[in-house]
Amino acid sequence: MTAAATTDAQTLEQMLLRMWQIRAFEIRAMALFEENLIRGSVHPYVGMEAIAVGACAALGPDDYITSTHRGHGHCIAKGLDLKLMMAEIIGREDGYCRGRGGSMHITAMDKGMLGADAIVAGSSAMAVGAAHGLRLQGRDGIVLCFFGDGAANQGVLHEACNLAAVLDAPVIFVCENNQWAISTPAAASTRVENIADRAAGYGFPGVTVDGNDVLAVRTVIGNAAARARAGDGPTLVEAKSYRITPHSAATKTDLRPPEELDAWRSRDPILRFSRLLAEEHGFEPARLEHVEQQATRDVEEAVEFALASPRPEPEAALEDVYAPADWALPGRLA
Amino acid sequence: MSERELTMSEALNEALHEEMERDPGVFVVGEDIAALGGLFQVTTGLLDRFGSQRVIDAPISEAGQAGVGVGAALVGCRPVVELQIADFVSLVMDQVVNHAGKWRYMSGGRVTVPFVLRGAVSSGIGMAAQHSQTLEAWFVHAPGLVVVMPSTPYDAKGLLKSAIRDDNPVVFLEKRLLYSRPGAVPEEEYTVPIGVADVKREGSDVTVATYAAGVHLALQAARGLAREGVEVEVVDLRTLKPLDIDTLAASVRKTGRLVVVTEAARAGSFASEVVARVCDECFDVLQAPPVRVTATDTPMPYAASLERAVLPQVEDVTEGIRHVLAKVPA
Repeated sequence: MTAAATTDAQTLEQMLLRMWQIRAFEIRAMALFEENLIRGSVHPYVGMEAIAVGACAALGPDDYITSTHRGHGHCIAKGLDLKLMMAEIIGREDGYCRGRGGSMHITAMDKGMLGADAIVAGSSAMAVGAAHGLRLQGRDGIVLCFFGDGAANQGVLHEACNLAAVLDAPVIFVCENNQWAISTPAAASTRVENIADRAAGYGFPGVTVDGNDVLAVRTVIGNAAARARAGDGPTLVEAKSYRITPHSAATKTDLRPPEELDAWRSRDPILRFSRLLAEEHGFEPARLEHVEQQATRDVEEAVEFALASPRPEPEAALEDVYAPADWALPGRLA
Repeated sequence: MSERELTMSEALNEALHEEMERDPGVFVVGEDIAALGGLFQVTTGLLDRFGSQRVIDAPISEAGQAGVGVGAALVGCRPVVELQIADFVSLVMDQVVNHAGKWRYMSGGRVTVPFVLRGAVSSGIGMAAQHSQTLEAWFVHAPGLVVVMPSTPYDAKGLLKSAIRDDNPVVFLEKRLLYSRPGAVPEEEYTVPIGVADVKREGSDVTVATYAAGVHLALQAARGLAREGVEVEVVDLRTLKPLDIDTLAASVRKTGRLVVVTEAARAGSFASEVVARVCDECFDVLQAPPVRVTATDTPMPYAASLERAVLPQVEDVTEGIRHVLAKVPA
C-alpha cells in the first residue's frame, strides 16, 4: 500500500470497526479484571485507537509489528483474532499463547505479530533484527516497532535507532506519545518538545503526527513504509495522543489533571473519525451505529469463546521451554 | 582420521565458515569482527566470503546487537552475536534473559529463537575486574537458554556447529587463554552433540567434573597425582545446560568421590549446582563430601600475584582432590 492510500468506503468502515473493536475489547477486559477473570493486569489502549489502526492500515500481510505492554490495540489492528486474544488474556488453552503469555505477551507470527514485549523499549532492537533478517532472506516485509514516550528514554532504543540507521534497516519506529509514563509527564522526562526531533541525531527522518487522526497516521506511516521498502532506511514517527483510561486496570491512583483528561476526551479519535465519515464520506448514522454494535458483538463472542475454553493442564507448564532438539530428553533439564 | 592440529580460534573460525556456507540464514554480528576478523581471529575471512550483510561490524551497542540477533532469529535467520569480552553480558542480559530465553515459552511454543551469543572469557591475563569474569551461572539460572563452554579445539568447533543448528538460544562461552592452544581437529566434517559430557581422562579414585579451562587444570593435576598412584577421572561437562547428569553420575558411582572445578566465583556458582545435582542423583555412593574448587568471591584484581590468588590454580585442584580422598567413610 502506498502513501496515496485508498479511501474506499469499505476500507474506511473496516478501520472504524477495528477502532471500535479495540475500544470495546479494552472496556470489557477492564471489567473482566474487576471480576477476577483476568489476572495480573491489563493496560488499556482507550483513546489511542487511531495510532494502531492508522499504522497497521498502511502495512501489508507480509509486514511485521512489535508491541508493548499496552498491546491489545496493536494486535487487533494487525488483524489478530479477538477470540484467541481474549482466551489468552483470560488464561485459557485456546489462547494465542496457550495461556503462557497473558495480556502482555500475545504473539501471532501468522499475522505478522512478532510479540508484545513488557520490557519498556525491549522490542526495539528485535524489530531492527527482524527487519534485517527479512531483507537477508529476500523477503518483502518491513517491521514497525510500537513504543511509548516512556520508552523513548531507554538506552536500548537509542542503540536500536542507531543500528537501524547504519544497517539501513527497513523498520519504522512509532512512538505513541500518550503524554504520561504512569505518573510522570513526558515534559518531566525530556527537554525536547518532540520525541521525533531525536531522529536527527540518528540521521533519518523524524515526523510528528496527530495520533488521534487515523487517516493522518495512515498517511505518515505509508510514507515511512514506502521509504523502508525502497531501501532508504528507517523513520521515526511520533504520534501524539493520550490514554483516556488509567495506566492499567490494577493502577487505581491517577495523578493526571482532570481538566487535561476532559480536554482529550473531547478529541476522541473514534468519534472524530465517525464525524469525518459522516461529513465527507456520506456514512449514515445507522451505518455508523451498526459498526459500533458489530464491534460490541464481536467482543462478546470473544468473551464467550474464551470462557468456554479449557484451563491449561498444570503439566503443560513444563512444555515449550525449549524447541525440539536431540538433547531435549525428559529429565535432562531439571 | 587426519592428524591435523588447529588452535581453538582456527577451529571456531572453520565452524563459522562451514555453517555460513551451509545455511544462508546464518549471519554474524559484533564489534571489529568483519574487516579485522575479530580481536581473537575467530571471524577471519568471513567478510570476504559472505559480504557485509552477513558479517556485520556493529557500533558498540551490545544490547542492540543481541536484540538484533533475537529479532532476526524470530523471522528464521540463525544469527551469531559476538561479545568481544564476555563480561559485557551485563549489558545484554535483558535481551538474552527476557527475550531470547523466554520468547518461545511466552508464545506458547509458537516461535523458535535459534540464536547464538558467543563471548570471550578473558581471565588470567591481567585484564582486571571488568574483563575477567566467568559468568556462566547467570545463564544457567535463566530458563530457556542452552549454555556451552568448550575446552578443546575439537569440541569448540563441533559444539559451535551444533549450537548454530539448534533451534534454541545458546550462550557459548570461550576461554580466551585457550584460543591459541592447538589440538587435533579432523579435516572431515563433524559435530559434537549438545548435552553430552566427555570423559577426558579415565580414572577410578575420584571424579573431577569441570569445563573450559578447568579441564586443563584438572588434567594437569591428574598427571601429577598419577605419579602417586591416584587415578583421577576428568569429566568435561562441555554443556552446562542441559547437564549430562547420566555421564557424570556414572563416573561418581564408579569413584565415589567428586571434585568440581570452575574459574567462576564461588557463591552461587555452577559448581554448586553440579554438587547439588550429583547429591540428588547418587548421594548414597558418595564416600566423602564433594569439594568445590572455584575462584574466590572477589572482583578480579589486576596484579599477577593477586589474580593468581583469586583464580583456582593446578595446586588448588590437587589439594581439593587430596582433601576429598582423605575423607574415609564412617
